[in-house]
This record gives sequence, C-alpha cells and structure tokens, in this order.
Amino acid sequence: MIPAAFDYYRPKDVEGVLALLQEHGDDARVMAGGHSLIPMMKFRMAEVPHLIDLQDIAALRGITIDGDTITIGAMVSQHELINHDGLSAAAPILRETALQIADPQVRYMGTVGGNIANGDPGNDMPGLMQCLDAQIELLGPEGSRVVAARDYFEAAYMTDREDDEILISVSFAVPAGGYAYEKQKRKIGDYATAAAAVQITKVGGKVATASIAMTNLSDVPVWSLGAADALVGTACEAGALKAAVAAMLGDIDPTEDNRGPVAFKRHVAGIILTRAITRAWDRA
Amino acid sequence: MNDLTPEREERSANLKGLGCSRKRVEDARFTQGKGNYVDDLKMPGMLHGDFVRSPYAHARVVSVNKDAALALDGVVAVLTAEDLAPLNLHWMPTLAGDKQMVLADGKVLFQGQEVAFVVARDRYVAADAVELVEVEYEELPVLTDPFESLKSDVVLREDLAGQTTGPHGPRKHHNHIFTWEQGDETATNQVMDSADVVVEESMYYHRTHPCPLETCGCVASMDKVNGKLTLWGTFQAPHVVRTVASMLSGIEEHNIRVISPDIGGGFGNKVGVYPGYICSIVASIVTGQPVKWVEDRMENLMATAFARDYWMTGKIAATKEGKITGLHCQVTADHGGFDACADPTKFPAGFMNICTGSYDIPVAYLAVDGVYTNKAPGGVSYRCSFRVTEAVYFIERMIEVLAIELDMDSAELRRINFIRKEQFPYQSALGWEYDSGDYHTAWDKALKTVDYDGLRKEQAERVAAFKRGETRTLMGIGLSFFTEIVGAGPVKNCDILGMGMFDSCEIRIHPTGSAIARLGTISQGQGHATTFAQILASEIGIPADSITIEEGDTDTAPYGLGTYGSRSTPVAGAAAAMAGRKIRAKAQMIAAYLLEVHDDDVEFDVDRFVVKGVPERFKTMKDIAYAAYNQAIPGLEPGLEAVSYYDPPNMTYPFGAYVCVMDIDVDTGVPDIRRFYALDDCGTRINPMIIEGQVHGGLTEALAVALGQEIAYDKMGNVKNATLMDFFLPTAWEVPNFETDHTVTPSPHHPIGAKGVGESPHVGGVPCFSNAVQDAFRAFGLRHTNMPHDHWRIWQTANDLGLHE
Amino acid sequence: MSDKMHIKLNVNGEDHEFLAEPRDLLIYALREKLNITGPHVGCDTSHCGACTVTLNGKSVKSCTMFVAQANGAEITTIEGIGQPGALHVLQESFREHHGLQCGFCTPGMITRATKLLEEIPNPTEKEVRFGMAGNICRCTGYQNIVKSILAAASELNALSEDQKVEAAE
Repeated sequence: MIPAAFDYYRPKDVEGVLALLQEHGDDARVMAGGHSLIPMMKFRMAEVPHLIDLQDIAALRGITIDGDTITIGAMVSQHELINHDGLSAAAPILRETALQIADPQVRYMGTVGGNIANGDPGNDMPGLMQCLDAQIELLGPEGSRVVAARDYFEAAYMTDREDDEILISVSFAVPAGGYAYEKQKRKIGDYATAAAAVQITKVGGKVATASIAMTNLSDVPVWSLGAADALVGTACEAGALKAAVAAMLGDIDPTEDNRGPVAFKRHVAGIILTRAITRAWDRA
Repeated sequence: MNDLTPEREERSANLKGLGCSRKRVEDARFTQGKGNYVDDLKMPGMLHGDFVRSPYAHARVVSVNKDAALALDGVVAVLTAEDLAPLNLHWMPTLAGDKQMVLADGKVLFQGQEVAFVVARDRYVAADAVELVEVEYEELPVLTDPFESLKSDVVLREDLAGQTTGPHGPRKHHNHIFTWEQGDETATNQVMDSADVVVEESMYYHRTHPCPLETCGCVASMDKVNGKLTLWGTFQAPHVVRTVASMLSGIEEHNIRVISPDIGGGFGNKVGVYPGYICSIVASIVTGQPVKWVEDRMENLMATAFARDYWMTGKIAATKEGKITGLHCQVTADHGGFDACADPTKFPAGFMNICTGSYDIPVAYLAVDGVYTNKAPGGVSYRCSFRVTEAVYFIERMIEVLAIELDMDSAELRRINFIRKEQFPYQSALGWEYDSGDYHTAWDKALKTVDYDGLRKEQAERVAAFKRGETRTLMGIGLSFFTEIVGAGPVKNCDILGMGMFDSCEIRIHPTGSAIARLGTISQGQGHATTFAQILASEIGIPADSITIEEGDTDTAPYGLGTYGSRSTPVAGAAAAMAGRKIRAKAQMIAAYLLEVHDDDVEFDVDRFVVKGVPERFKTMKDIAYAAYNQAIPGLEPGLEAVSYYDPPNMTYPFGAYVCVMDIDVDTGVPDIRRFYALDDCGTRINPMIIEGQVHGGLTEALAVALGQEIAYDKMGNVKNATLMDFFLPTAWEVPNFETDHTVTPSPHHPIGAKGVGESPHVGGVPCFSNAVQDAFRAFGLRHTNMPHDHWRIWQTANDLGLHE
Repeated sequence: MSDKMHIKLNVNGEDHEFLAEPRDLLIYALREKLNITGPHVGCDTSHCGACTVTLNGKSVKSCTMFVAQANGAEITTIEGIGQPGALHVLQESFREHHGLQCGFCTPGMITRATKLLEEIPNPTEKEVRFGMAGNICRCTGYQNIVKSILAAASELNALSEDQKVEAAE
C-alpha cells in the first residue's frame, strides 16, 4: 500500500503553516500524528499534494493547568495525556478516555488535535470535548477565533474549521464531580460500537449538574442536553437513568456497519450510558 | 537393556530426543531480527510487480489501456491476459481440478480479481502505474448466494458453458461444480424413517481467512544465460510449486529451483498457486530481471485463499435413550468464482466425511454440492486438515441439538455414543479407519478436572438468578470432543495434481558424528528444525544439537508434498524415523565389524552399539560415523547416509476434549472467557513445549473464528472487512490463558506413534467456543444460531429470545 | 514523483544519510534503503505492530510514518537491541519460554516489549497484555509471550537490584 507522491513541509511556526495553507489552498493538508491520514493516503482515498507536518511547532504543544482552566495543545499525544500527572488529577476523564483509544504505539503518535480536527465520528475526543464544554481555538489568516466543541462538528468529516485554519488548542474548565468514559468496542484498536462521556456533580445527594456526550452513534458526536437534564435533581435512581437514556436515544442516529445493526447500537448506547452514569455518580 | 540407569539416563538426556522440551534452534535468528522472509530478499536489478484489480464482483472487461502506465518513468511492462495467452498462461490449473484466470480473460468473477500486472523499478512506481491503467468494465449481475446461484440464469463460468461433467462428476447447473456423495443414502434414510427421534438443523459455517501475519509473495528470477529459473516464495508446498511451474511454463523441472525461505505463518493460505506467482515468473522471463511480488493485507484478505463458506444441513437419528443410529449431512459449498480448494484430488470436499466425529454411528450419508458465486476463489483448510473444522463443527453442533431435543446433558450424550477403546481400529460409516483412541478416558479426565457437575450447578443457579432479575450475565459451558484426521496421506487414495502424498527425509551423517537431514516439508513456525532433529536424535543416537534440519529448497531437499493438514509429523516425521532406522541398520554392521562380533551380537543403546551382555564393549555413534568414512569395511560401501520416502499406511486420528466456561453480558452481547481447558491426545509427544505452544495458537485462532472473524460480502459482492480494523485478529488483551492437558494414545501404524497436533486445537476449539455461547442460552430455548458470535449477533440471539424485555 | 529529500537517521547508533521521496514509508526506508529487515510489514494500516520500532523514545509503527516525518530521528530496531553473545534479556526470555513460532511478529513484539518495560518496569500480567495490545501474533496465542515478558521483567529487576547492591558496596 503506497500513497501518491506529495511535497512535504515541516514548518517551525504557525505562521509558516498558515502561509503554506494560503499558498496551496485545497491541495494542502496539515498532519499531526498521521494515524488517520496516512492510512487514507496509502489506500489512495485521500489525495494530498502538499503535506504539512506540524511536529516541529512548539506552540501546539504542552498541557497547562492555569487556575480553573486546562489548555491542551493540539499536538499533545494521547500518550502524553495519559502520563501527565497534573492532568490526571485535575481531569481524570481524559486519561480514562485516552486509554481506550487505539493501542500503545498509536497513542504515542495520535494527538488530541488530530483526533478532534477532522470530525471523524469514530474518534473519542470529540464527544469528550463536548461533554467538557471545551473551547476550540482555531487560527487562520484572519487571526484566531474560538468555537465551542458543541458547535464545531457539522457532519462526518465536516467541521466549522475552514480549510485555511488550523486547530491550535482546546481548553475547558477543570471538571468537577464524578466522571466516566464508557466504551464498547470489538477489540483493541477498534472504534466504539457505542461510547458515553459523563460528568456529574452532586449536591446534597442529588445531581446538581450533568453533562453527557455520545461517540460514534451519529455522523457527529452527540451532546445530549436532554439526557443531562433528566438527571439533574435526581439521585440517579432507575427512573432517572431511564429518562436520561430515553432522551439520549432521541438525539442519536446510528447507522448500520460491521459493528451491528441500528437496533443493536441503540440498545447498547442505552446500556453504555446507564453504566457511565452509574460509575460517574458513584465517583461524584 | 530398557531400565534407565542414571548413567544411561544422562546419555539419553544429552540427546534431547523424543519427549524433551528442547528450546527451539530457530529462535536465535528470529529474536534478533535475522529471519529471512521473502520480502527481505533483495537482488541487483530486482523489479516490483503490482496488480490492477477489479473493483467489481462480476463484470465484463471491455478494454484495458496501458499507455499512460507504460509512459510513466520506471515502468518496465504491463501484462494482461492478452500478453499471457500466447504462452497459454492466462489461465492456470487449480489444485481442485478446476482452472483459474491468471489475469482477467474477458471478464472478472470477484472483487479484487487480478486484471493486469504492472512491473516497475520499485514498489512506488509500480503502485503509481497501477493507478494509471485504465480498465473499462461493463457490470454484470452479481451472485453472492450459492442457493440463488444454482437457480440463476446468469452464467458465471462461460468458459465451462455446455460442460455437463466436471473433474468430479456431473454438473447439475451451469453454476454447479460437483456433487460428492459418501455413505449409504438409502440405509440412512431408512434409519431416519424409523428412528425414535430425528432432529434436523441447518447451520452456516461462515467464510473466513487464514490471514497469516506475513502475506503471500514471491521473487522470480530467470537466468537467461543458464536457462534456470529460481523462485523464492511463501510456499507451504515448494516441490508441488516446482512441478506446477514446470508443467505450466514448459521449463524442464531440473531447471527450476523453488525455495521457501522463512515463512511468516501459513495456516493454509500458502498452499495454493496464485496469479502473482505466475505473473512474476512471466515478468522475469520477459525482462530477464528478478521480479518481486508481495501482496498487501487488503489483497490478501480479498483475493488469496479464503476458508469455509459451508452451508450444512444435518439430520441425526437416535433412540430415546440417546444412542445415535444414523447421520445425514447435506452441504452446499460456496467456492467463489473458481474452485481453488486445496484438497487431495479424490476429495473435492476434503475429509468432510469425518463428520461422524468421535461417535459410533452405524449408518451415515454425506452429500456436498460445490457452487460458483461472485466471491474470491478458494476453500482452503485454515489451520485444519481438509475441511475437518467444518466436519467437527457440524457433528459437535448436531450433538448439542440432539441433547436439547432429548433433554439430556450433552456430556453424557457424548459419552454413551463414543467409539469404545476396544473398537479400534474402527471402521466409520463414511469410510475411514480410525487408528487408535481412548475417548472415555480423555473425556472423564476433562470433566473431572473442570468439575463439570459443579459448573452445571453454578450455571443452573445463574439461570435462576437471571430469571429473578438479580443478574444480567449468563453462563455458558462449551463442550467439544473432536477426532481429527491428519497426515495425508496414503498414496493409494491421496494425491495433489497427481503427486502421491508421501513425504521424505534424507540424512547424511558427517565423519565427526554430526548430521544434516533434509525433508520435503517446510516449517511456517511449527519448529521443524527443532522437532525433526529430536526424532532423529532418538533414532540414531546423535544429539539433536548436532543435527541440522533443512527444508524448503527443491534443489537439495528430497521431493515431498509440504506442510499443511498436520501432515509433517505423521508423514515426514515418519520418513525421518525410517531414514534414521536405515542409518542405524548400517551403523550396526559397522559397529559389529569394529567390535569384531557378529551383527546380531550388538544392540543399540541410546547413543551407541554395545556387545550384548558386555555393556563395557561398545562403539558410540560418533566412533561409527568416523569409521564409516575412514575404514574399508568388507562388504560395506563407505559413508553413512540414508533416504526414506514414506507412504503412510493410514491417516492418523488425534483427538481431544475441550471445555470452555464463558460469561455473557446479555445486554451488550460481550462474552468473557472465564476458563478454557484443552486436553489433547496426539499420540507420542515429541516436544511438549512446542505442543503446548501449538495448542495455545490454535485455540486463539479458534476463538477468533468463533467470536467474530469473517469475510463478508454485500449484495454487490463488495468485501466488507478487508482490513485488520474489521477482520478480527484478537490481541493479547482479548485472549485468555489456556489450561492444557493430555493423554497419550500412540498411533499403531506410525513408526514412533506420533499423530500431529498443530491443527487439533483449532478444529476442537471452534465448536467449543461456539457451544459455550449457545449453551448460555439453552435454558431460554435456543437450539442453534450461527457463528461468528460477535457482540451484535450474541445480542440479537438474546433479543430474539425475549431477554431484553 | 516529488523531489527527493535528504534524509538523516540515526539507526541503532549508526548515522545514515540518503535520498528519499517524502512518501517513502519509514518501514521501507529501513528495510530497503538501510537493509534493516527485522521490522516487518504485516497489515499496512497500523493494526498489527510487526513494524514497531522505537523512535526518539516512543514505540511507533513504522508502516504509518513517512520517512520525511522521521528525518533527524534516533531509531532503535530489533537489530539494535542485542547482539550475538550479548542478547537482551527479552530475547533470551522469548526463546526460553517459547514466546514465538513463525517469528514474523517477533522483532516488533520484542522491540515494543523493551519499551513497555521502560514504561512499567514491574508490570502485572494485565499490564503486559494491555501494553502489548498493539502487536498481533497469529501463532502463539500470546500466553507464552506474556510469560516471556513477565519473566524478563523479573530478571531485569533482579539485575538492577544487584547493581544497586553493588553500587552501595
């Protein structure tokens, strides 16, 4: 499996990236870890005459925890994410999620930005970022702008990011309360059959706030406000879980693939969400 | 002489012979990255070949335009069927007596079929050129279902139009290949008509793929100066490849040298002859340069050698006490666009007629219909002797279904129907003579070890708890008892393309007492270099560490039929023992001469010949080897060599008892293997460490096949799972630890009593995993559901049974 | 074809410079340009791990990396892990515990395992299975691979204890 030829660039700063994107337009693609793009290029399903490798750009690296805000550079790998003690303490759901992505080698290369930027419905970070209400910083010729993760994804592989923009970082408030990322997959290395990201805070034995997002159950990640609302004010008893699942099922729209038919996916989505809520509640 | 004194025991241990868990001699190079696989080969001027493949499952090839490809810098040639036709190489014979297009001749019959072969300076240019070959197709109706195919007006194989007889008898329809019948249909039907109980069940053994980690490939090098063709490749049967290459190309066989270097797993994928080999040979002949072709993973899964795809309907008759009185089996076999099974010629459905299993079934009948469809060609035996996985799955499911019908425990049902120890050699209703077995002992040992009664009790409690709403996890107890039929086979009824399925060993003892032995087989990970040396060490008294084993080079190794169907130990291992005995016979004469006694007055003792009754008078094999080369011994030729071609008198019949305990999450369909116990009886055990490794590997492949591994097609004939994202190869995370155990029932006809083991765990493992899944739902009314039991299908089973309400 | 790039790699302690197209995959550059044939191609899509090498301290799958991306990197392959007469404990352990059969996955498996034992020097069986889940073996069923790695870990830990004791003395 051999990709078509391309020109390769490894700029040292974001300005260099933007200049290349300006110059080559649609013919250029940026690449982070490459573990989504390179297989597509090897299958010759993605044609990339100009490939811009982001590995040398220091501005895209680093995890900062600044008071209440966590910022993760686009080029931070899943491996770094898993092994960052401060982050694991402040937002353990990131580690829990990242450990369920791909395999050890791929996690060394796969990045947070790459996982989010393309809008691949199979990826896990998009749903997680919606759950955390992350803000995505984009940089383009017109300068920088911020888009909420909950507004970023438009359709499969279609996002709010313009072709001449790059994803710089994601930031979100340090999450409070209990958390869980629950994922069913066929084997290590697979995308989710169904996955759920849940954050819950508890006050006086009741759910104070909740946030719920689902992965690979629609052509975009699904942040389910209705599911979260169904939990607020409850003690996550059976009735509340049922209501949350019912609300979530109204928001997802899975399609049949090798992982199974729609009825199965909808059923499993409910089970996975129930388990995620239960685990998050126990931890809240 | 047989009592092992400490001194003799030490001499015996030094040999590292039979029964020793000798560490593998292969491993030094593999652990250091110094294996030599076909894609490691590099030679001056070597070109790379790559295929243009059909995106359609059934289409007419209207035109192929190579101009743009040929214009690309670095492209040397683009071959199409038109180019091969003058050489009569645009079609090739399959091992099943059919023929297959090497390159599309007017039409394509499956997605991924080879249409043109690009030859270029390197793999990059070749891949670019593939994109530049313009092929115009005209789509034709696609048939992916064999039952529809048999009713359809669409003619798949136009080349066979009007041929009402094929290599295996009459053809009933233009998409029908053969009908193969075994046993007594009338008598079987009579039993069915009058039996207390008859159960019928249909099951589909899905299509899958052997998928060794190394794909198939070759390097062909035609030396135009001396007229010799050398072909390196991933060949499980190098000598057969040489003979086929000679017959096809017209190059005399002595001018062809086929070499199988290290092979990265085979599992049946590397038995057949593929278009890539033929095209590489032609390209090398045309260009005069070496040509390499190595398929990628997607090509491997789409185009070379699938396994199974058997639609089986069984009827089993029994008394109300559960004694089986008859078995009827009807199979519709989907062979794809060409019948490219790799079976002995007279067995178009392999040894499917071992489907009476381990049971004493007085009457049986089997009929197999082969059918063409628009799917990849093949039907190879993936980690099993020819179609034995299908047969064992069939009978082990039928047993479970009968147990359900009779409301009996299926372990007990097996026990009352086993062939008894004293019945061996046992003549089966479908024509086999089982060599030896002690099934009851193995079964009782297995059930006792796992505390079978305790497991059933726990399961009943779980069912009750589930019904009370206290758990959502069910427990399945999977049982299987299998009898394999391996070691093909007797030349009188087993051949491949006319070559009898004997095997061979040639030994040369060097003057200083070390040796080299060459065999007609080829290891693909089984550790032949280790185990064959152990057989010889015990036979000739030279340490295994002093014996080099060489395989896979047709210029040096004696002719043999290769490694598949667990035939290496039963056939080549026997040849090694027999060749060793010839060495020993001559050594005895030399020893007698050196000791100045009569031949009959010396006897073999571990590593030497001793004068009977005077053990201090002896000559070691080392002494004898030296004498063979430096002394003129009256009446004896110098040297110490032997060759044996072994025609086995019968197959061998390894067997085993497996138990799997599985917990199944009813809501998600996720199975969790809690325990797997495998008792194998492969007769005499040559190297327990290697046997255990083979069992682990075979069980893991069984787990994969039973729980998710498939090659599926959509209605358009598109392959739905041609990458390792979708084609299920489990990782260390998904695989449990296996408990292994054994009994030893030697084969009475094999020189050392060994039966072969590499495939048993797969053959017995698949029904065991499947039975575990299905057993979990027995209490809720499930009789049978098809593999693969991936999450959604398990969930679907639970759903159909109303367990989600 | 695009212009060739001047590539510099340090592989197993040795510097190499060569020209390559940017699209050359690292695995083929190693195998075909530098004749380092230990790492293999198994799946082409980063699922099997037969091509695993250590690159700048990371375990990576070299079939899913362009040589241009690796330009300037330090790489260790199976060939750099041990030498005849001075094998790595893992290499010895795989042989001792029958952790390989056809050998095709073995270079990637051992290369990954060296890194795993750096990440987690004293792993549990579960950690070994999870940490090796990017490497597929078709022959062994993993049981003896896991055994090999656990045994090697014990041995390496014992060795480092000995060294500590020696250093203290």
